[in-house]
Amino acid sequence: MQFIIRRLGFYAVAAWAAVTVNFFIPRVLPGTPVEAMLAQHPQLTAAAVRALDIEFGVGRQGSLVHQYGAYLSQLFSGNLGVSTSAYPATVTSVLGTTIPWTLMLVGLATIVSFVLGTLLGILAGWRRGGRFDQLLPAFTFLQATPYFFLALVAIQLFSNDWHLFPGYGGYTLGDHIGFNGAFISSALRHGILPAATIIVTSMAGWMLQMRNVMITTIGEDYVLAAEAKGLSTRRVMFTYAARNAILPNIAGFALAIGFVVAGALVMEIVFSYPGVGYTLYNAVTQDDFPVMQGIFLAISGAVLLACLLADVIYVIADPRTRTRAAY
Amino acid sequence: MTPAPAGAVNGSQPEQPPAGSQAVLEIRDLSIVYRAGDAEVKAVDHVDLALAPGETVGLAGESGSGKSTLALGACRLLRPPAVITGGSVIYRGSRVAKEGVEILDQGSRELRKLRWREISIVFQSAMNALNPVLRVRDQLGDVLDAHLHLKRDEKRARLETLLDLVGIPRDRLRSYPHELSGGMRQRVMIAMALAVDPEVVIMDEPTTALDVVVQREILAQIVELQKRLHFAVLFITHDLSLLLEIADRIAVMYAGQLVEVGSAEQIHNRPAHPYTRGLLASFPSVHGTRRTLAGIPGTPPDLRSLPPGCPFVPRCRYAAEPCRSIDMRVRPVAGSGAGHLSACPFVVPEPAIGTPHPQMSTAAKTAPEESRS
Amino acid sequence: MAVAVSLPPSPAVVPRRGQFLRAMPAKAKVGGAILAVFVLIAIIGPAIAPFDPSATNPLATAPAPPTLHHLLGTTSTGGDVLSQLLVGLRSSVLLGVLTASIATLLSMATGLTAGFLGGVADEGLSLLMNVFIVLPALPLLIVLLGYLPHSGDLPTAIVLSALGWSWGARVIRAQTLTLRGRDYIAAARETGERTWRIVVFEILPNEVSLIAANFVGTFLYAILTSVALAFIGVANFSTWNLGTILFWAQNGNAFNIGAWWWYVPPGVAAALLGMSLVLLNFGLDELGNPRLRDSSGRRKRHQRAWRPTDPTPVERRGPAT
Repeated sequence: MQFIIRRLGFYAVAAWAAVTVNFFIPRVLPGTPVEAMLAQHPQLTAAAVRALDIEFGVGRQGSLVHQYGAYLSQLFSGNLGVSTSAYPATVTSVLGTTIPWTLMLVGLATIVSFVLGTLLGILAGWRRGGRFDQLLPAFTFLQATPYFFLALVAIQLFSNDWHLFPGYGGYTLGDHIGFNGAFISSALRHGILPAATIIVTSMAGWMLQMRNVMITTIGEDYVLAAEAKGLSTRRVMFTYAARNAILPNIAGFALAIGFVVAGALVMEIVFSYPGVGYTLYNAVTQDDFPVMQGIFLAISGAVLLACLLADVIYVIADPRTRTRAAY
Repeated sequence: MTPAPAGAVNGSQPEQPPAGSQAVLEIRDLSIVYRAGDAEVKAVDHVDLALAPGETVGLAGESGSGKSTLALGACRLLRPPAVITGGSVIYRGSRVAKEGVEILDQGSRELRKLRWREISIVFQSAMNALNPVLRVRDQLGDVLDAHLHLKRDEKRARLETLLDLVGIPRDRLRSYPHELSGGMRQRVMIAMALAVDPEVVIMDEPTTALDVVVQREILAQIVELQKRLHFAVLFITHDLSLLLEIADRIAVMYAGQLVEVGSAEQIHNRPAHPYTRGLLASFPSVHGTRRTLAGIPGTPPDLRSLPPGCPFVPRCRYAAEPCRSIDMRVRPVAGSGAGHLSACPFVVPEPAIGTPHPQMSTAAKTAPEESRS
Repeated sequence: MAVAVSLPPSPAVVPRRGQFLRAMPAKAKVGGAILAVFVLIAIIGPAIAPFDPSATNPLATAPAPPTLHHLLGTTSTGGDVLSQLLVGLRSSVLLGVLTASIATLLSMATGLTAGFLGGVADEGLSLLMNVFIVLPALPLLIVLLGYLPHSGDLPTAIVLSALGWSWGARVIRAQTLTLRGRDYIAAARETGERTWRIVVFEILPNEVSLIAANFVGTFLYAILTSVALAFIGVANFSTWNLGTILFWAQNGNAFNIGAWWWYVPPGVAAALLGMSLVLLNFGLDELGNPRLRDSSGRRKRHQRAWRPTDPTPVERRGPAT
């Protein structure tokens, strides 16, 4: 429990860091985005301009500390600004429509690839020298391929050449969004290729890591003791070896999640999948800074949440953390 | 504690390795090598060892002498690159067929049935040998599930009995290994080893990692349990003094070879092999006259490049030319009782404590037996 | 997942100088060889490129397939793909090396300091490390580079290393903590050896394989991330790199019209480069952790590979008595 509280404290600090970085970006880097925005969108209301001021510090009203305070209060009241490319939609509403898509796609794909990769890694570590080891070079290649490259090839083959799955968008345009059959089925169909690409590329990484830790764990005394006890192979492999081998992988989730996010972002762009990544991409091309920075905050928050979840799972999985005061 | 041979445990006179039909575990001519590429290292070289039912046999030697390899290899628990290249290991427990089971011939399924139920092991480091993510009751329980088929309340009762047996409070069933003290963990290991009533328990340096006080307690516990449950013990350690106290018979290994075997009394009073003598001279007796500790000069040999003949030659003060071409079979020691065998035919037993007398020919035993206490 | 999980540090096996190459596992050698080829191309690439990669052919209407004249074909504006590839590789490799160097130096500095000093310094630096690990790199990079659309290689490298040093720092810190508790370090302190000397001469040599793995890993991260960023269109377009080639390929509809010579070579090049780094990393892993090495000893063809619950094999040479 102490462990979780310590981690919560850390995540609070990290969240503060993200928010502060977000604050400083427009003030530190050259260029004045707000003027550019004003020039492009003369129809911005006074209130919107004020919000932009607070967020981007144009005019430098008040001291930095004063601006920071105003920024924080604006943030905590849920005001992330107004999108300049989708004016007058607020950044919050933009996020609201795009986050669910990403959650569905990335969330599910990550879980599936973790589970599959871990299972394969257990088998590969157990059967050293067997078939899996021969496939290692292929998996290594997969792990090193730029994520989007595989996506492009997949689109080329499965969508353009063989017409199996749609390679563009999240759902068939014209479908009525809601819990109806046509929409759900088209959403599923559109999600298959992006999800499959994410799964294939990230699975290799999880598998290789699990394999290596598994091999190290198999050399431990308690696995030998389990063998000596005459337990079934399955019990030795799972309850003694894998159960311990998986711990560093859960702990390493925080390290890996950066790559998961990066891969998912790029994937969405390639597939024009209406999620957070694609929206970010459009925001960049249209100089929509409020949306860009809003998305950065949203992603940071999601990553922190995911890491917290991984920590909770780790505490449940490793009884040693529950009694030790420090991690 | 007065060093007295523990032959009194079951009252029988310590015999010569019991006649083949009686030994519960009989290792004959066992050889184990480690293969690294094209090179082979002989970790165990034609070793005979036998355990009678209920007997405690000590296996002494330095690290690298092959004692753990011998024991684990006899159970076929060694991992590649270890390979068993010869010999036989026959188990004759009361639950298996009368003519015994040749362990080296069994497939993995049969071995799994034999393991733990017939032969169990207490490993050296309990912290490493216990699964850190399982509670005590699960680690004790899974071996019950694998070998016995008990109903739920029977299983619970047995688990509680096991902890009682080793003197651990019952509520510790719910603990994880890291929540227990070192001594308690070792007791859990012992309880685990006895969980399904084996006839042979191999103890691989069970007390080496513990402090002296706890060592005593654990040893006393083992001796008492053995009296109660009548299992045979193969006690592996580098500490010969310990074996003198608790073992019926003692076997000494050096560089993968068996160099001496005999009863505790024979080894203590009439050590034959120079290495055994060196070991005995290496620790002080609490009682008796003060003397300078001798120890054994030199370092353990590199098993990859053993000289021909006796491997102890570089460190042996009695070494001579014939030693380099000797056949390392153990032979009965002249002037000692039955069952006392040594690989060195040149050095005859003298009392090790106090009077070193190198002899190259058979000389009569001289000094009267000194008081042991 | 291009990042190696931080395993509990195992006693590092540091081979003596002469044995270093021989002790390298096969994987590392293969990876190293491929990497060497790429580095070579990076050095001499622009010199041997047959054409100026930015040259366009105003008569070109569509990408043309490979001919003797243009070994990898041309783009839709008539540019030579091979030249773009050769020049682009240099930029990508350079960026990778730059980023890896800066990041490794940063992670060494922080990791060693945090691990060796302990206490408050450790707490503070660890916090810094963890915050950087958790901040999502790519979105931040996109935002930052969105503000700086014309940055060259150096600023990009700096930004990339600023976001990539933290995981290596954590690994180094963990190993330093372990080593610090060893007796010989305590002995060195007792004899009054100065702190920096202890760190440089006693601790550092035992972490060489860790640092090398760190370098390689960051290199890989830099390549993947920069290619991705260029492909999205966020990076600098005044120079050629693998990502920009793919960006133009995407722009020129290469995928739909099947101009494979345009998009396959840069993608495969990136993948091979990445793979060489991954292999090298695995080799370094094996060097540091002997258990991972391929088990030696041939086995007979018909025997299956050993599994952990298999009993010790028995090879009797002669009758058992």
